[in-house]
Amino acid sequence: MSNSTSPVSVAKPHPKLQSHFFSMDQQLEASTLGMWVFLVTEVMFFGGLFMAYIVYRHMYPHAWVEASAELNWKLGGLNTGVLICSSITMALAVRAAMIGNRTQQLINIALTSILGATFLVVKFFEYKAKFEHHLVPGPHFDPSLEQGMQIFFSLYFVMTGIHALHMVIGLGIMAYIFIQAWKGTYNAEYFAPVEVSGLYWHFVDIVWIFLFPLLYLLGAHGA
Amino acid sequence: MSSGHHVPTIGMCVRVWLALLVLTGFTIFIASQDLGVLNTPVALLVAITKATLVIVFFMGVKWNTPLTKTVAVSGFVWLLILFFMGMNDYLTRGWLGVAGR
Repeated sequence: MSNSTSPVSVAKPHPKLQSHFFSMDQQLEASTLGMWVFLVTEVMFFGGLFMAYIVYRHMYPHAWVEASAELNWKLGGLNTGVLICSSITMALAVRAAMIGNRTQQLINIALTSILGATFLVVKFFEYKAKFEHHLVPGPHFDPSLEQGMQIFFSLYFVMTGIHALHMVIGLGIMAYIFIQAWKGTYNAEYFAPVEVSGLYWHFVDIVWIFLFPLLYLLGAHGA
Repeated sequence: MSSGHHVPTIGMCVRVWLALLVLTGFTIFIASQDLGVLNTPVALLVAITKATLVIVFFMGVKWNTPLTKTVAVSGFVWLLILFFMGMNDYLTRGWLGVAGR
């Protein structure tokens, strides 16, 4: 802060402060709140799919366990661990932005992206195995499956597919904030983009936290 | 007005991360045990605990304003309304005969 010799000393607003906000704090609060409103719509979006899951599981309890046993819970568990690790690196990236540490931001955003990409690679091999076993809805769907199992696999692909799409979008967001962090955009006064990107990333992690036991672990006992 | 953002400590992040990994291991272990009807409730309880840890600490809701907290909670409350009303319908359909069916 330079001492102005002008008699009317007005603090220069932060260059990233939008004119419709009073302060950087208010701007950050509005960004966080806005992101949460979006995440609530996402909760409802995935919630509809979970509702469908509950209804059909109630209708076909046996087929649900049989179909779940076809999924590879080891790969699902591995991906759960990968996402949890990506969540801590994301949290550390937000922390680094808050304290204005550019190197830590870059390292943690890069690690988050690598872990996110790892998740998608594992998912690719899981999907590949499902195609080979004719468990994918479509012309080569195994017609001998017990009634209800086809519905399970349809829901499995819609839920994990949309989740994977969110991961791909998340990787795009990571690429953007990595470039911005590289330019040194974020510091202790201005880190809202990293903060809201983190909220999105953690939300996608939470969706998987529910998908993993509900899809993969039903058939793990007694199978 | 001081800019008093809460900066999470690395120790807190690591503790939450370890708790999430331990809970993941626990949910995998418990799935290998036959608890009868209790398997899914236990798995859900663990998942809800994990989600709460992520929301409160990693997403920093603990340090957000009351307005943001309210919005965050409202999404999950609305979800419970969806599940409650939805299953209220599906579970009770067979209870009463419907005229004309």
